[in-house]
Amino acid sequence: MLIRMRNSSDISPSEITPQSIYLDRRRFLAAGALGALGLAVGPGRTRAADAPAASPPAAAGTPPKLAPIARSPLSTDDPQTPFEAVTRYNNFYEFGTDKEDPVRNASKMHARPWRVTIGGLCAKPGAYDVDDLIRANRLEERIYRLRCVEAWSMVIPWVGIPMADVIRKAEPLGSAKFVAMRTLLDPQQMPGQRRGILEWPYVEGLRLDEATHPLTILAVGLYGEVLPNQSGAPIRLIVPWKYGFKSIKSIVALEFVEEMPPTSWNRQAPNEYGFYANVNPAVDHPRWSQARERRIGEFFRRETLPFNGYGEQVASLYAGMDLAKWY
Amino acid sequence: MAAAPAPARKRRRVDDRFVRFVAKPLVFALCLMPLAWIAWQALAVPGGLGANPIDTVNRFLGDWALRFLLISLAVSPVKEIAGLAVVMRFRRMLGLFAFFYVVLHLSSWIGLDQFFAWRHIWADIVKRPYITVGMLAFTLLVPLAVTSTSGMIKRLGARAWKRLHMLVYPAAMLACFHFLMLVKADVREPLVYAALLAVLLGWRAVTRWLPRPARPAEAAKPAPLRTP
Repeated sequence: MLIRMRNSSDISPSEITPQSIYLDRRRFLAAGALGALGLAVGPGRTRAADAPAASPPAAAGTPPKLAPIARSPLSTDDPQTPFEAVTRYNNFYEFGTDKEDPVRNASKMHARPWRVTIGGLCAKPGAYDVDDLIRANRLEERIYRLRCVEAWSMVIPWVGIPMADVIRKAEPLGSAKFVAMRTLLDPQQMPGQRRGILEWPYVEGLRLDEATHPLTILAVGLYGEVLPNQSGAPIRLIVPWKYGFKSIKSIVALEFVEEMPPTSWNRQAPNEYGFYANVNPAVDHPRWSQARERRIGEFFRRETLPFNGYGEQVASLYAGMDLAKWY
Repeated sequence: MAAAPAPARKRRRVDDRFVRFVAKPLVFALCLMPLAWIAWQALAVPGGLGANPIDTVNRFLGDWALRFLLISLAVSPVKEIAGLAVVMRFRRMLGLFAFFYVVLHLSSWIGLDQFFAWRHIWADIVKRPYITVGMLAFTLLVPLAVTSTSGMIKRLGARAWKRLHMLVYPAAMLACFHFLMLVKADVREPLVYAALLAVLLGWRAVTRWLPRPARPAEAAKPAPLRTP
């Protein structure tokens, strides 16, 4: 019979982290990080809950009683679109072309662990775990208007990291003029990719000065919670003055390039979707007017604003450009 | 469209009463089901219309307008292929329901989506090809609805009436095109409708242009059913 002598340095079974938690540690950490952030965005959430048609976010806890933490001056005061609408009505063709396909099918995707490579014309390329990338940068709440090219719009409290910070750390070379971005390519996880509706993977790009603009963020959450899969988890672009399709989701690669990179919708229909895709009520989509939009939750259409209302901040980026030509 | 002939009168009368008082009301109620369903979603199911209710309603009504157009175009082929003459009794009702859903679709665009912003509505009709095409399809269907009464058939004469009602073919083609043109990238669904229409119209073309020598008596045969 074997008699085990317990050594004081032995680990008692109760101290061992259950395997499930160990395996899920990244999600655990991310949830912790965003949980703390949830306190910061508490007031935003309360406001949404007070809005007439709002339903509280799925995992809403008791609204924190802490003093409100300063919101980003770049956030809008517009009433926020309810969490339910934001996460149940969107385009993400990787999961199907119906507006409600993403929420139905996106659970097949594993948003963690997730690697993002940063490369191309830069001094410090690298491959990062998305949570390391998040931790290495400051998270901010940005309440932005989102204008879809299909003439509907929302107001969404994103949580993200300024893209300029990520870019600065990679030290792009002088020859880098654009940032090209790419979504995950995996038809197993993204069933929509089994059909050639678009050329997969989805690709997008920004001019370097657009990508480093203070408004541009890499979003990793919304309504204070980790980004739901259907909204582009774990990390996606947000450029609020451009049509929604520019804001590429579930990013796996950023690359600094010299030439204007190809972009998915432009490849699909070049006469309908330009590289710039700045919100512009004066330049119609060939098939529908861009003069007005329907804010989700509102009955009447409202006038669309140039650059989605961000003209003061971004119009100078396009000084001297014919925006009817560079649509 | 002559009156029913004398033979087999007794049996026919039973059929006629069944069609009139049972089958027709039943089909009528069935045709109202889509409208009832969307009204139920709007009034009784919280969030039943999704995040963009106006868009949901408009698309739903457009879908059913197109479906009823195809259903009414399927009546003649079903009659010929299945030898079911009785289906002709339902053709007018189905055609009018197609028009009914077209009108609702158009009304929801004008009244809900655009909220009577006539300047924008007119600009869209003129500038947006898919809307131009949709309006054209609607316009072609108006005279068909107007001349759907028995009195109108008499006034026009069967030949002229039949010829006029061939406008439903281009109208249905334009309706399919309208759907195809508004889709951004995934054309599967509009192509299904277009394929069904192609079959329905193709069948007509084939039966019209390929003479069927096996049935020489057809021309002499009296019309099996009167138009009610």
